[in-house]
Amino acid sequence: MQRIINNPDLVVEDMLEGFLKANPHIIEKAGHSRVLKYKNAPIKGKVGIVTGGGSGHKPAFIGYIGKNMVDSVAVGEIFSSPTAKAFFEAFKVADGGMGVACLYGNYAGDNLNVKMAIEEVKNSGIEVRTVVANDDVPSAPKENKAKRRGVAGEVLMWKVGGAKAALGGNLDEVINISQKAIDNTRSIGIGVSPCTIPSVGKPNFKIEPGKMEIGIGHHGEPGIKIDNLRTADKMAEISVNTLLPDLPFNSGDEVVVLVSGLGATPVMELYIYFNEVAKLLFNKNLKIYKSHVGNYFTSLEMMGVTLSIMKLDDELKQLIDLECKTVGLTQF
Amino acid sequence: MEKFLNSEGSQIVFNLINEINLNRGFLSEIDGAIGDGDHGINMDKGFSIAKNKITKEMSLSDSLDTLGNVLLFEIGGSIGPLYGTFFKSLSLASKNKYEIDKFVFLDMIKNAYEKVVEIGNAKVGDKTIIDTLEPAYYIFKKSVNNKNFKKSLELMIETAKKGMDSTRDLVAKVGRSARLGERSRGVLDAGAVSCYIILKSLGESIINSIDN
Repeated sequence: MQRIINNPDLVVEDMLEGFLKANPHIIEKAGHSRVLKYKNAPIKGKVGIVTGGGSGHKPAFIGYIGKNMVDSVAVGEIFSSPTAKAFFEAFKVADGGMGVACLYGNYAGDNLNVKMAIEEVKNSGIEVRTVVANDDVPSAPKENKAKRRGVAGEVLMWKVGGAKAALGGNLDEVINISQKAIDNTRSIGIGVSPCTIPSVGKPNFKIEPGKMEIGIGHHGEPGIKIDNLRTADKMAEISVNTLLPDLPFNSGDEVVVLVSGLGATPVMELYIYFNEVAKLLFNKNLKIYKSHVGNYFTSLEMMGVTLSIMKLDDELKQLIDLECKTVGLTQF
Repeated sequence: MEKFLNSEGSQIVFNLINEINLNRGFLSEIDGAIGDGDHGINMDKGFSIAKNKITKEMSLSDSLDTLGNVLLFEIGGSIGPLYGTFFKSLSLASKNKYEIDKFVFLDMIKNAYEKVVEIGNAKVGDKTIIDTLEPAYYIFKKSVNNKNFKKSLELMIETAKKGMDSTRDLVAKVGRSARLGERSRGVLDAGAVSCYIILKSLGESIINSIDN
């Protein structure tokens, strides 16, 4: 394992310390070793935005803490849900008296811990409601949409939900628009090399040289198909052709495109892939309103890419346009 | 009558911690086949923290409660809440008992089973902990009426193993591996395996305690 770490069992602790030291203008500790918060949170009179999940996805999740996005984050072990206690503390530090929207991804562990934390925090008089992201198309067929995982589309959900809360939306409004954001978003990943949890020391799944895995999950969950490694244009074609019919996206729709590397992909290649996606969308007469290309939601050092596409309406557009300032996404 | 003192039960939990520690790599390897390969590590991390918080003088109930709290509050994942609830429920049903006999243990395992089902929403056949736990609980419940404590525990262990083995041919319906569909068939479920390890260790330690 060629990595830049100390004790493999303490990578999360070590990373958090570094992250705090690097971003003192945005982030601060929050009274629990596995919770970070926006330094201005809680913001009185604003709905709190909370998320959380396993580690290894930088800049998700803590990288989206900041102005007009996420107020606090519960941090888990590598690829493992945060504790109920961490979610509980994250709710408390995010609550500005208007309730808390917990916007997170559909994974069994997160579902369990969030549920337990909500039960617990009720006694403190804090109302918490949730939106569970399920944008990953290959993870389940459309008729089983509720079973789909949440992946990079979550970034757009936080952007929209965070903006609505910042503009003074009440809890109902923030929840409704966050739900709409994720309902309007579809994602798909392609993996070309696996990743290794440091404390495990070796990859727990394989992608053979010359192969790629279509629909791979953010923790290496096997995808829907193993195919021969193709060129970027073919990868883009497979991705776009999977996503467009699922919503469906129609000619004339305006969309946000988010292309994220999975950790080890050269950023240059993300642009090569994006260029192909853009051509395909143009040919289908979909209008790209805004694009994000970079490492937004990774899986340790997996090589690969995820494509997320969000269909816009006027309301979503206004929220996508609002400025924000976080480590992972800054917009003026 | 076969029984042992609650106040002398901490060794049972120490044995359990030791078993999980020994199986750290094995559990992660099984998990790696269809999960993300960290089951053994997360389990061992929680059990090791608990080891430092449990003292020899603690009762069985207090030791179980300590272990449950660590898993629930410090571990996360699916495993934290599920096993945290499991051990805390074992503890709760034995808390005011001076001695543990087969009827007290039945209450314990019943409570643990029911609470885990309640939070986990899984059924037999879903390829989870429940495939091990449910048949083990039912056979113990049936056995205590006409068999002694020791024999009932032996049956529980035997049945837990069969339950664990049954997960090999199942397609996962709950948890991360559920997304794999048919591809989850052919390997054991890591949670079902750790549940067997736990029930086996508990059962064997109790048999030992009765003998002494």
